[in-house]
Amino acid sequence: MTLSRRVFLESLGLSVGGLLIGGGGKLWAQTSGLSPNVFVHIAADGVVTIVCHRSEMGQGVRSTLPAIIADELGADLTQVRVLQATGHKKYGDQNTDGSSSVRRRFDDLRMAGAVGRMMLCTAAARRWGVDAKTCTTEGGFVMHTPSKRQLAFADVVVAAARLKPPTSPNLKPSHQRRYIGSPTLPLLDGPAIATGKAVFGADVKLPGLLTAVMLHPPVLGSSLASYDASRALAIRGVRHVIALPTPQPPYKFQPLGGLAVVADNTWAAMRGRKALVATWSPSDNASYESSSYRAEQAETIRKACSVVRSRGQADEALGSAASRIEAEYFMPHLSHAPMEPPTATAHVRDGKCEVWAATQNPQESQNVVAAATGLAPTDVTVNVTLLGGGFGRKSKPDYVGEAAFLSQKIGAPVRVQWTREDDIRHDYFHTTSAQRLEAGLDGEGKLVAWRHRTTFPPIASLFTDGAALGREGELAQGYADYPLDIPNVRVENGPSKAHVRIGWLRSVNNIHSAFGINCFIDELAAARRVDPKAQLLEVLGPARRVTLEELGVEKLPNYGHALEEYPVDVARMRGVIERVTAMAGWEARTQDRERGYGLAFHKSFQCQTAIVVAVKKSRSGKIKVDEVWLAADAGLVVNRERAQAQMEGAVLFGMSIAMYSEVTFKNGVAEQLNFDGYRLARMPDAPRAIHVDIATNDERPGGVGEPGVPPVAPAIVNAVFALTGERIREVPLSRAGVV
Amino acid sequence: MMQLTINGIPHELDVDPEMPLLWVLRDILGMTGTKYGCGEALCGACTVHIDGHAVRSCVTPVRRASAKAVTSIEGLSPDGNHPLQRAWTEMGVPQCGFCQAGQLMTAAALLKKNPRPSPTDIDRSLAGNLCRCGAYNRIRAAIQKVADEAKQP
Repeated sequence: MTLSRRVFLESLGLSVGGLLIGGGGKLWAQTSGLSPNVFVHIAADGVVTIVCHRSEMGQGVRSTLPAIIADELGADLTQVRVLQATGHKKYGDQNTDGSSSVRRRFDDLRMAGAVGRMMLCTAAARRWGVDAKTCTTEGGFVMHTPSKRQLAFADVVVAAARLKPPTSPNLKPSHQRRYIGSPTLPLLDGPAIATGKAVFGADVKLPGLLTAVMLHPPVLGSSLASYDASRALAIRGVRHVIALPTPQPPYKFQPLGGLAVVADNTWAAMRGRKALVATWSPSDNASYESSSYRAEQAETIRKACSVVRSRGQADEALGSAASRIEAEYFMPHLSHAPMEPPTATAHVRDGKCEVWAATQNPQESQNVVAAATGLAPTDVTVNVTLLGGGFGRKSKPDYVGEAAFLSQKIGAPVRVQWTREDDIRHDYFHTTSAQRLEAGLDGEGKLVAWRHRTTFPPIASLFTDGAALGREGELAQGYADYPLDIPNVRVENGPSKAHVRIGWLRSVNNIHSAFGINCFIDELAAARRVDPKAQLLEVLGPARRVTLEELGVEKLPNYGHALEEYPVDVARMRGVIERVTAMAGWEARTQDRERGYGLAFHKSFQCQTAIVVAVKKSRSGKIKVDEVWLAADAGLVVNRERAQAQMEGAVLFGMSIAMYSEVTFKNGVAEQLNFDGYRLARMPDAPRAIHVDIATNDERPGGVGEPGVPPVAPAIVNAVFALTGERIREVPLSRAGVV
Repeated sequence: MMQLTINGIPHELDVDPEMPLLWVLRDILGMTGTKYGCGEALCGACTVHIDGHAVRSCVTPVRRASAKAVTSIEGLSPDGNHPLQRAWTEMGVPQCGFCQAGQLMTAAALLKKNPRPSPTDIDRSLAGNLCRCGAYNRIRAAIQKVADEAKQP
């Protein structure tokens, strides 16, 4: 039993009858009824409220998690009220990242519904004088099929509330599921979004609300030396200019410091910021310069580095190989650039703080606010709005801390609004990576050795000052866990020191590992004159469950799962490759004179994804992604419609990475500030068609939010090679002028 | 004092005439359906109509809207059932949804001017509206669907 499972079951005992609990505390306070646990409330009138404890950022979590509970409860989903949880430990982990909401909480949420169902069934069974085991629930009714009787939830809820919740609820068999796995779950927030009524981070209205715009230190590690606020304060509407404390490394989620201009409205605050005069202390990070850093990284991967995994004698086998193939790959820093830049509203009063924030991580927001204000985390209430995109950025609540600090200082509610320039310049950047891959062939052309070196300033540096090597969890993303059916394998990680805040961005280190591995396999195929698909399948090897011993590691983080529960299963990997190549007509691709086809595969977050991309040249000679096929196996998928939308979106997200996006640094400062410099795919870039196939099976649920991203960029680069013969080993392609 | 007509309702406002229309809508009038995404007319999240034309309200000084008819997402239809809004919901267009008000306003202006847009027309008109979630294919399909349905007698 996992820890979260145990905590969850314990929490069931806290919550019988009318005891007030949950993010619904306020809403439920006036109603009696059944609250079998923190996720479910059934009012005396039968109205079912389900708490969504994760943040909605476009992945459809508010349309998905309540469906799991409603299914087990037997509620009518169209009548269910969904209540967004505030940050609280009683919900278990609420950090909405790692494609984990269903993957990590599926069983918990099913049990939350099942407990309610069993209590309703028991109450109805007593009324009818039948065995509760012969009762079921559906559509808001308890049914006794043998006697064709039914009772609405409203008719039994008061009696059910007097019962003790069962400690080991039984779950509905899969054939009784109505919502889990349905292709047509309703999109809860769709109508509100389409009418402009949906409330995002910046849309919170409070009486007397002031708006703050920040002036952060331009270089990480520098601090405010002096400033003159007189011109800013002279602007109509500007109320305060306030200096924030300087953070100390490791930076974690601390606010960046600098100055805040607090005004009656956003425009005044922006104008005030422009009028500030500030000088900053020097920082070693001012030496950060992207092209020289790239050269250093290239040096690093040309020498032996720390071993991530090892099997056989790769160095020796490469030394004695009849022929060798080698290549180096580079990827730049990326910015998350969610469409809504970071924003949060806070109101500190009477020793408490209430926050309204677009955050993926309400519990960490409580901690950051506590650190910024001196309050206890339990005195911080974090309300979660819709996110306006997250992609990992909004797991880091530095901006929430800013709002709370300013509200406490001023004694009024304050909204912090980062501008787009703040967002891109002061992001927790996706790392910048260099990889060197080498393969050795024996005299018969057989693949006998594989050496893969990678270096990237790690996320570890955010938590441990000076850390230059990836933590185990970072290296498990495509480096340690990729099946290689090759007798001699060695994967190494070289040091790269961070000069900016490094953070996780949608699919994280899988972005670079998938790029290096898939591009290199395509190069191997070309060098050996074999079909890239055959080459990919040869490297992965036959259908099997890969052991730690075969991987050449002592343990594998495996995204938080036991290997027995979530194995490295090559059969499922081969399955999506076969599926996607069949969809795309891979075997017949050479008959397509106009287009080049590229293939890539990657497994991440317990989902295997394979992609074929067809590119062509536009009239102007630029590369255009014309058509994309994607096959994914994420095990049991609760909300198939949203999973498909995630995969479609992942293709565009990956296209931005492949074609346009990069953040470069000069004198420690990001050179891209807005969407003119930091370019993203736009509608004319969107392929004519994206064909998505999501496997239907009952394997344990995997993630779907991130796994579509990693194979996109290598598939595009491989397709460009197929079309033009030009081998590009660095993205974005805009650098090479081909898009 | 500035005279503004927004979604058919006249307003009299004491604001800096240089304040962008976006911030007048959001901060002064509390109409938060129109979004801030970039402040430089690069993303289209702030798109509204002035006299039926799609404009980026983040770079439009409010004085330029004076004595003209401004329409924001809140006024695109009286009850949220503009054919595009219906198509958006039916086809599951939004992901995070933040850009969608701007996408809808741009699309509505396009269909008004050009009820039968070609795929290229749609791509060109919407090229200024970023969607970081990458819902472009569904946005495109939803516009096409509305245009196709309008064609039928």
